[in-house]
Amino acid sequence: MRDDLPLGLLIVFVPFSLLSIGGGASVLAGIQHQVVDVHHWVTAREFVDLFALSRAAPGPGTMLATAIGWHVAGWMGALAATVGLFLPSSLLCYAVVQFWNRHRGKSWHTALEEGLAPVGSGLFLAGVVSILRIGGGGVLAWVLAIGSAGLLTWRPKLHPLLLFAVGGAIFVAVRAYFGPSA
Amino acid sequence: MTSTEREYPASIPAIFLMFFRIGLLSFGGGLSGWVFREAVLIRRWISEDEFLSGLAVSQVLPGANIANLSVYIGNKLKGPLGSVAALVGLLGGPFFAVIALASSYSILQKTPFAEDALDGVTAAAIGLILIVAVKGARRATHRPEALAAFLACFIAVGLLHWSLLAVVVVVGPLSVFAAWFRRRARA
Repeated sequence: MRDDLPLGLLIVFVPFSLLSIGGGASVLAGIQHQVVDVHHWVTAREFVDLFALSRAAPGPGTMLATAIGWHVAGWMGALAATVGLFLPSSLLCYAVVQFWNRHRGKSWHTALEEGLAPVGSGLFLAGVVSILRIGGGGVLAWVLAIGSAGLLTWRPKLHPLLLFAVGGAIFVAVRAYFGPSA
Repeated sequence: MTSTEREYPASIPAIFLMFFRIGLLSFGGGLSGWVFREAVLIRRWISEDEFLSGLAVSQVLPGANIANLSVYIGNKLKGPLGSVAALVGLLGGPFFAVIALASSYSILQKTPFAEDALDGVTAAAIGLILIVAVKGARRATHRPEALAAFLACFIAVGLLHWSLLAVVVVVGPLSVFAAWFRRRARA
């Protein structure tokens, strides 16, 4: 039974790969349902912990799948979940991009590109706002985000990691002084 | 401060290394902001316009936006091998980082301020992607119909929380049609 776990993970994650329109966050609830309620691979509490943990790690948020896979079935599980979630959508994307580039310069291609760019930008800004809203940072997070954007525009050579460290320190300091509600 | 403009040839190892760096450094999210900074601003491998339209395609297709964006940029620079190098580079570092964190989670939980620091890092990282959002918004203001599409998508999805798919299905074709019509009228 335990030997089948990596395969099981692969089978569960592949559909989510192709369903995750608008980014990985859109399938979080579905993944939670599958791995907690349907397959009982992790408890609800473990899922929340793994989610928090994948946020603390670098990389896309959907590396949550890797953490779940590792928790459930070790290295093979981590590999199966990662491949299951990232490979199908990447193959589809490759096919579309290939087609896309082959028709570069045609007028319908230019129209598509010009028409889709503002749609993509609008969705992107919407995503930024929703991350700021879901993340538990409150007003301070907004101020910090806008401040760091301003600083990086003004001084593009400034290393972002330096800014991240300062941001983390500001949050720790403000919350230690004003309490966790700040 | 060095003011000399360096050349960055886009070889397969260079593509892999750039995405590997981005994967490992992108704490708190904001990966597309990193890609914009590294590939457009620093290395000048692709133009701002190419980046933004690639970003649009990456968002409309299923999958993590950043994974799709890496496939797009990799393919643009070096074809199929470029895509593989970009995607594997992007996910390779975080794969091991996430597992390392998972195996030391009990220690991390007892670390004071870890949560607060993480919230602060996330907020600063959002600043990095905010720059991309502002570039996109400014580009949209060049044409009234693009501005309308931009605002419609932002308000419907970001403020009213309508379904992303439904909004794209309605606004996408309208925006493309408007762009097509404008080109026709001008020609």
